[in-house]
Amino acid sequence: MPKLKSTANRVNDFVMKFANVNGTGSASANSLIMKAVFRMGVPVTGKNYFPSNIQGLPTWYEIRVTRDGYAARAGRVDIMVAMNAETYSKDVRELSSGGYLIYDSTWPRSSLLQRGDITVIGVPLAKLVNENFEGVRNRILLKNVAYAGVLAALIDVELEVLVGLLSDSYGKKPKLLDSNTKALRLGFDYAKEHLAAPLPLRVERMDKTRGHIMIDGNTAAGLGCVYAGATVGAWYPITPSTSLMDAFKGFCERYRVNPETGERNFAILQAEDELAAVGMVLGASWNGARAFTPTSGPGISLMNEFVGLAYYAEVPCVIFDVQRVGPSTGMPTRTQQSDLMICAYASHGDTRHVLLFPANPQECFYMAVQAFDIAERLQTPVFVLSDLDIGMNDWMCPDLEWDDAYRPDRGKMLSADELAKLDKFYRYVDRDDDGITYRTLPGTSAKGAYFTRGSGHNQYGAYTEDSVEYQGVLDRLKRKFSRAARFLPKPEMIGKGNSEVGIVSLGSCDGAIREALDLLGRQKIEVDYLRVKAFPFNNEVEAFLKAHSMIFVVEQNRDAQLKSLLTLETAVEKSKLLSILCYSGFPITAQPVVDGIRAKLEEAPRLTTVPR
Amino acid sequence: MSYINKPKVSHPSLPTNELGMTRRQYEGSMSTLCAGCGHDSVTAAIIEACWGLSLRPEQLVKLSGIGCSSKTTAYFVSGSHGFNAVHGRMPSIASGANAANRQLTYVGVSGDGDSLSIGFGQLAHAIRRNVNMLYLIENNGVYGLTKGQFSASADIGTKAKRGDVNSSPPIDPVLLALTLGATFVARSFSGDKAQLVPLIQAGMRHNGFALIDVLSPCVTFNDHEGSTKSYVFTREHYHAAVETDFVPRAQEIAVEYAPGESIPVTMHDGSQVILRKLDPAYDPTDRTAAYNYIGNKLKQNEYVTGLIHIDETGDTEFHKLNRTAAAPLNSIPFEKLSPGRAALDKLMGRYR
Repeated sequence: MPKLKSTANRVNDFVMKFANVNGTGSASANSLIMKAVFRMGVPVTGKNYFPSNIQGLPTWYEIRVTRDGYAARAGRVDIMVAMNAETYSKDVRELSSGGYLIYDSTWPRSSLLQRGDITVIGVPLAKLVNENFEGVRNRILLKNVAYAGVLAALIDVELEVLVGLLSDSYGKKPKLLDSNTKALRLGFDYAKEHLAAPLPLRVERMDKTRGHIMIDGNTAAGLGCVYAGATVGAWYPITPSTSLMDAFKGFCERYRVNPETGERNFAILQAEDELAAVGMVLGASWNGARAFTPTSGPGISLMNEFVGLAYYAEVPCVIFDVQRVGPSTGMPTRTQQSDLMICAYASHGDTRHVLLFPANPQECFYMAVQAFDIAERLQTPVFVLSDLDIGMNDWMCPDLEWDDAYRPDRGKMLSADELAKLDKFYRYVDRDDDGITYRTLPGTSAKGAYFTRGSGHNQYGAYTEDSVEYQGVLDRLKRKFSRAARFLPKPEMIGKGNSEVGIVSLGSCDGAIREALDLLGRQKIEVDYLRVKAFPFNNEVEAFLKAHSMIFVVEQNRDAQLKSLLTLETAVEKSKLLSILCYSGFPITAQPVVDGIRAKLEEAPRLTTVPR
Repeated sequence: MSYINKPKVSHPSLPTNELGMTRRQYEGSMSTLCAGCGHDSVTAAIIEACWGLSLRPEQLVKLSGIGCSSKTTAYFVSGSHGFNAVHGRMPSIASGANAANRQLTYVGVSGDGDSLSIGFGQLAHAIRRNVNMLYLIENNGVYGLTKGQFSASADIGTKAKRGDVNSSPPIDPVLLALTLGATFVARSFSGDKAQLVPLIQAGMRHNGFALIDVLSPCVTFNDHEGSTKSYVFTREHYHAAVETDFVPRAQEIAVEYAPGESIPVTMHDGSQVILRKLDPAYDPTDRTAAYNYIGNKLKQNEYVTGLIHIDETGDTEFHKLNRTAAAPLNSIPFEKLSPGRAALDKLMGRYR
């Protein structure tokens, strides 16, 4: 990997990486630094690279201070806080030229000093902490806070901001607040006294985080489910989706419990497996509750059979797939966008499903709400395809907003009164000629009763093995799907629209692509960018593909799944689509996008990429 | 299957229940099962039970998986919503449906293949979750639709139609349910409607998961000599330990019971189940004793039938443990579910 040079003086534009041991409490110290930068008005991103492990394996946390507000990781490290002896040599290697290495100098580590192009800063952290605190666990935890203090001094983060954050966290636990504040000051004061603080890489107050929050996508999606009026959640624990249900539960306990009676307006079922989890969602949705399940790739594999039933019997269903690295168990704590194909065509037989592609936590919130509306409008499963990067990392987002006028779109659902006015009710008769039929809920009236089945059925809901009757229903389902795009979020287009070169991408690639557009723009290369937000694709996607003669499809999987979907489901000429793929498990950066586009453009110089 | 369609008109003097409905109005579509199938007798018992309870058809939800038994939910109470799930997965559909609306009556019909093999895990967990539903296993020891393979309930030594002898030990749903903590466990026989109807009624009124294992012979693939699930074998080895009378709510108990022999149990809705012990040594309220009694009889090739165990406290019923609102979750107004803009604005402070 080519090393990017760490520029000497970069205020509000640098990357810090913390190398820690999993289970030592480093996460709270790292997010303390991140939050402090955010509170100083400077845009920031945090990426957690953690192992599938409870304690002992190496873990890293990366904070990018980005005055330009880029959401992607930078692909370089300017300051490495190397706190894990096991990964020291790797961590030192990863540091960009001109960067700073901070390590615990309590014990001599001469091997660290072998690189001449970096500045090594030793701080006797263990010694400082051991002299001031008692208890093994306590010392381990507070050592993290102490290095946060050192770093704060080095990058010029205001101590008052950090103290404010600590009192927000430990305000009700004075003993913890005291020890954490003391550890923070220990590190801060040591750095001020012994080190050349601040470094040229430092933080300076800005005003670019007002009206913004730091939130992860799973929390935002769980909150969206509460706001959408979901009452039943069923799930089987799986990384990286677990925190979505944790969030839903937390918000429900806050907003959905009757303070007098303790009665709860929600039910959460921890299922025996993902087969049961999605079955519960189907049962609850069929019975008129808004219900959902969060899962990840292996869960999707297990849910396939039921998803086919939901498609064929037309049962609404919302599935959050927080994608991780596959195939099989893969790397559960790394990110990928590799479930597109399995979700688009999940289950045996002819099936197609609606997919939504949030690009960041705020879209997780809004799309969670939309997913329920779409699922009920179309009476079909809807997959929200988030990923580990969006789901588990804190992203800077505009404040979430809510319109109190919103009411759920329950779709075509007949009440007892409406049924009474009908001559006869049949579940699958296309009365409005739009492919969407009317449903009734159990308990409404005997007249509205029907039989839901995954076996061959005719438009009256009766069992059939008659070809014409069977095909009638199947063709209507196709019609329904082909017209589904009008209910789905439209793609987002960036650029003037007059370049011959385009980028099509989705989800969490967005940050890297926006940054790449800026980098390309500086090289006088103008490229149009379309971010698809849903499948099936709508006319805007078709038009963009038609209007551009070279289209880079950027996605985070090996097999170019978005490109495959575009090839299968639009009229695009296959040869126009060129893939830029990132499937390392780490979130994509801008550089491969820039490099991939430049390399191709050099091969095809006649293409117009500057405004005409 | 029968080829004679049901007449569209019924006799004007057919007896009616409290809702003024006849038994005919609790029927479903024509059965497509083999003539003489035990399952059709169970269907008839369900119709009788629903009619006797004066159940509003729309208050009933019928659920099933895949297999001969699972087809039967189409053959009773056509005024009820039915859900024919995928193979072995009906319990999860039932769990979700029940979570969404706790006020309806849920009846699941399954078979030995659907429940004890492919759906074993889901059955076990629905019991553990104590979903308020009646779960009937129409148990015949074979896979009918695929032409007579042994199921997991086939006894050791039982002979298939083509002569194979089963050597794998059976899974007994009654022992299973007792082990997993089911609060209503019964066994019956499709040929004993008098026993089956009150059991179904009691199971529907039970506040929790009620399992009835119904021995229901397969006339086509498992009714021959050498089969331990044939009509003949079942009749010979079938012994009721307890007789059950079901007394609907607001109805006086008409029969006089000798003290000591009968155990009255008041159900959640106020109806009563009167258990009459045929074996004085048997106590259906004692789970461990019931387990030992049934297990010992099974060793002797004897099927103990009747309401084998009941615990009507409802302490572990799903909604009780979840503290779910009394009103069905699917009926709660949106205004009570969505916290609204002011709450969201306030919440944002947490993320700065």
